[in-house]
Amino acid sequence: MSNPSSSFHRHADRLLLWTLRLLSALAALIVALILLFVLREAWPALHQFGPVRFLRDPGWHPASGDGDGGYGLLPMLVGTLLSSGGAVLLAAPLGLGSALFATSYGPPPLRGLHRQLLQLLGGIPSVVVGFWGLVVLTPLIRQWHPPGQSLLAGILCLTVMILPTTALLSEQALRDVPAPSLQAAAALGLSRRATLEGVVLPVARGGLLSAVVLASGRALGETMAVLMVAGNVIQVPASLFDPVRTLTANIALELGYALDLHRAVLFVGGLLLMGVVAVVMALAAGLRSSPGHG
Amino acid sequence: MAIPDLLFGFSMAVLPQAGPPAASARHRLRPIPLGMVGMLLMGVMVGCDTASHQKLSLTGSSTVAPLVAEIAKRYEASHPGTRVDVQTGGSSRGIVDARNGTAQIGLVSRALKPEEADLQATTIAIDGIALIVNGANPVRSLSNDQIRAIYTGALTNWRQVGGLDAPITVVNKAEGRSTLELFLEHFQLDSRQIKASVVIGDNQQGILTVAADPHALGYVSIGTASHEAKAGAAIRLLPLAGIAPCLENVRSGRYPLSRPLNLVIQPPAAPGVVPFLAFARSPEVNDLVESQFFVPPAR
Repeated sequence: MSNPSSSFHRHADRLLLWTLRLLSALAALIVALILLFVLREAWPALHQFGPVRFLRDPGWHPASGDGDGGYGLLPMLVGTLLSSGGAVLLAAPLGLGSALFATSYGPPPLRGLHRQLLQLLGGIPSVVVGFWGLVVLTPLIRQWHPPGQSLLAGILCLTVMILPTTALLSEQALRDVPAPSLQAAAALGLSRRATLEGVVLPVARGGLLSAVVLASGRALGETMAVLMVAGNVIQVPASLFDPVRTLTANIALELGYALDLHRAVLFVGGLLLMGVVAVVMALAAGLRSSPGHG
Repeated sequence: MAIPDLLFGFSMAVLPQAGPPAASARHRLRPIPLGMVGMLLMGVMVGCDTASHQKLSLTGSSTVAPLVAEIAKRYEASHPGTRVDVQTGGSSRGIVDARNGTAQIGLVSRALKPEEADLQATTIAIDGIALIVNGANPVRSLSNDQIRAIYTGALTNWRQVGGLDAPITVVNKAEGRSTLELFLEHFQLDSRQIKASVVIGDNQQGILTVAADPHALGYVSIGTASHEAKAGAAIRLLPLAGIAPCLENVRSGRYPLSRPLNLVIQPPAAPGVVPFLAFARSPEVNDLVESQFFVPPAR
């Protein structure tokens, strides 16, 4: 420690430390500023109606005069939760299966190809997925049950969009399982299946959960593809074949055309969406830190 | 962890696509976020320039914007030093921006209302709104009462109006669009009465939806619909009260559901605005108006 260069190192460390602190503060500040901005834009509506009315109002007629219009965001909240929830329910097992294929079960020559295809899928812009949904998927669903543009179409498009997230992140989680654990399992003579069930999946649980959470975040925020295929009718759907409107689609459809209170209410929708994402993240953090698992 | 970075990269790349659907690539309009960047850049450019350079900004109706973008291009070519920036955002936005000075000219795809008498409108073209069905639909016409009954949910099957035995997919526009306002006003409907199966944003999405669904009924701008039908979209325009939705009938005023496309200013006009308005109204742009399937106004 009496080394003459140590004071230089301490200074360099301190410089790095403060740079990093500044950068992370900046990142946090951006989120805080966005939240503040959304709050400020939503304030006229929150102030005039109070927060409860947005969940209680039966209809959504924000452009039909002041005060007597309907500002119910509940059907759109339900639409967002159902479409994202459905997509996660489909994409999580598919992603895990794909990850198992890529790490354990798949023939090695196919694994790389499989991975590249998934990365390609992840790079497809949402409008393209939406267009595919509109011209290919919704006509198929309509033959089954009209009108075709529906919650189901939204769920399927979202599944396609978040599948790469769940698959690639799950694969990484499986790869992060420490080699000694696997070697120990092999030394015990466990079968591949027993190794997976007893060692790999429990150890990778946190990573697998992160994959699902990140995918949910993306599904909740996805706009364009859902806007194009889900029908955008404001209602609580009675079945998978009913059209729904998500909070994001509502903002995208109306924000460019909204004035005054209507605009403020759209920002309330944005605030609600941020709340939903925060709750999902908090739930995931709680699950991950639950006792017995790393 | 390289993978999350990669994924965030993907989602970042996808984000700009999620902008308002109003501006379509076909018309080479920038979507609003890019337009804002453009305005910033232009602000820098104007700041460096001398007084001979002028910038006009126009915002508003997504129906008017493609036409005005073409007119602006021609105007810039014949008036070097003038930049015309066109952005979409709906007629209501056009009114507000013209009033508060955010834009020198607002684009409004309807006649001004009595409470908007403080503004001055210049009509550059006339457009109609047409009911459209899928090209495979055998129904050739609907009466006003039938249209009203379909949109309020009283009629739900094409068989009830002489078509196939199939449920009607009622395509409606999202709140705040002037096409919706005009449609409701013409059929004396309130937005609360409408029972829609699908709600769409701009004309393009409406045409895509109807072209992809053999049982859909929607309404869009005649200009856009004729253009797309000619380009091969599987849609058919229905006559309204027996009058065909064609440009001749819109021109003669016989077609009942039509509207003026207006450039709106708050007097007094900002510098450089008057020559642009005169140009946009002049016969020099007739070919542009007609190429977008609108009708030049009587001059």
